[in-house]
Amino acid sequence: MPPKEFVRVANGQGFWGDSILGPIRLVEEGPLDYLTLDYLAEVTMSILQKQRARDPRKGYATDFVTMIDRIAPKLVAKGVRVIANAGGVNPLACKDAVLAVLAKHGLTGVKVAVIEGDDVLGRLDELADKGETLANMDTGAPLADVRERVTSANVYIGAFPVAEALARGAQIVIAGRLTDPGLVLGPLIHEFGWQRDQWDLLAAGTLAGHIVECGAQCTGGNFTDWKSVPDLARVGYPIVECRADGTFTVTKHEGTGGLVNVSTVSHQLVYEMGDPKNYVTPDGIADFTSIQLEQRGKDRVFCSGAKGKPATPTYKVSLSYEDGFKALGQLTISGPDALAKAKLCAEIVWKRLEMDGFRYGPDERLVEFVGANVCHAGIHAASAAEPAEVVLRMGVKGPDEDKVDRFGLELVPLVTSGPPGVTGFAGGRPKATEIIGYWPALVRKEHIQTRVSVFSS
Amino acid sequence: MPHVQLSRIACARSGDKGEGSNVGVLARSDAAYAFLKLALTADVVKRHMHAINFGDVKRYEADNLRALNFLLLDSLGGGGSASLKTDAQGKTHGLAVLRLELDVPQSVLDATPKP
Repeated sequence: MPPKEFVRVANGQGFWGDSILGPIRLVEEGPLDYLTLDYLAEVTMSILQKQRARDPRKGYATDFVTMIDRIAPKLVAKGVRVIANAGGVNPLACKDAVLAVLAKHGLTGVKVAVIEGDDVLGRLDELADKGETLANMDTGAPLADVRERVTSANVYIGAFPVAEALARGAQIVIAGRLTDPGLVLGPLIHEFGWQRDQWDLLAAGTLAGHIVECGAQCTGGNFTDWKSVPDLARVGYPIVECRADGTFTVTKHEGTGGLVNVSTVSHQLVYEMGDPKNYVTPDGIADFTSIQLEQRGKDRVFCSGAKGKPATPTYKVSLSYEDGFKALGQLTISGPDALAKAKLCAEIVWKRLEMDGFRYGPDERLVEFVGANVCHAGIHAASAAEPAEVVLRMGVKGPDEDKVDRFGLELVPLVTSGPPGVTGFAGGRPKATEIIGYWPALVRKEHIQTRVSVFSS
Repeated sequence: MPHVQLSRIACARSGDKGEGSNVGVLARSDAAYAFLKLALTADVVKRHMHAINFGDVKRYEADNLRALNFLLLDSLGGGGSASLKTDAQGKTHGLAVLRLELDVPQSVLDATPKP
């Protein structure tokens, strides 16, 4: 079979919680070769580890299975291949759930691959014995500072295991902590036979992946000039049409809402950017200052010129740890005098807590008057007009769970024992929830082995 | 020189990076980019964002995107799940930077299409 002129790779999920309509409409409303989906954020892994500890069949992104259930027959009929980091900390359980869904739809012979090896929570002592200090990349602090409180540890693995899974015939590839751009780079390595030292091509695929990894954020979502974006309700999720030479076109299905132009793509290129010359991935370093963008037709941006540099000898590891507790609650205060009454309410809460022996330091508490300039306070003078109502939002945090919980008992009483016009307490009492600390570190690649397994429905 | 908001000659997007945020400022024209490279220093952004960011500000340039990328190193009230703030991810920091008012030469405004 001659190689394809180009391959269409889409992203239908920018984060866990993104709309299920994204992937469904990508599959239904036009041609597509690969559908990628990103479900993981740093704090997600810790939550998933806790779920798995309670139930060995859990610990993965259940939304992914719901989505597969909605579109499985169409995926198989159209031959769209799916790559997702939905496996979380239990990709094998995710695979079992997907196989069960495929069986329910009577779809047999569909190959589902699982990539393992990213989860090193159970290997921390072994890695320490091998000389891996896992010091905090940002602060240099030793892991010993938080070792007893670590709740998850995952290596960001690269795109080559994805390519291997595809080469072995997988239609659905389930990974754990795979990098977001690797979801897109993987199929390009597979389709075009890109090699591990073709740094410019790997950088091109990484850039394509970065542009689409947050879903609609490159097709008109979260765009400065939002008034110019048509039909955001029906926004088309992004597709990159990629060629073997590393050039690609960012677009979306015809007839969908949203907008693809040089500005919407540039907006996404700078998202979560650090040093633009050195975007480090497990597969190589991409230089974001090398790429050239050019509008070539409606909702089509041609990208070329990507340059890359050799990969580093290390993988990034993302660890999470228990870092205390927090509680947040809110009440709505109507006018007249909404802001003055909200300020009085906040004072009353702290005073009543103090009367009962509970004091919270300036770094342990927060009061916001939402509607009276919260997001840009101190930077932009809000309108002098009295707000019709404000939302009083209060929170505390600290290492003592009981003390954090105690705060939650003093918010709701304001409805009957504060000024008039206090309402909106439907959420009930704020409760202490765990704060999950984030600990980035590096580990030498020779200590990490990934494993690809292929199963069939 | 006309006194305008940065949003007249630039766009922006922001997001979280550890305990800080990044704000990518995208000039609306070549002329605007050339002007901003000189005028929109890390120091100017640090002073403008003083009520949100309590750390240093670093600036990077990407000429191909007409972009200046600012790292606000302590702008999230702890960052991640430790923050109590409404905008714990710095999603609105780009719009806050775009509220900056500055003197822009008429020639730059003439060469920069209005949003």
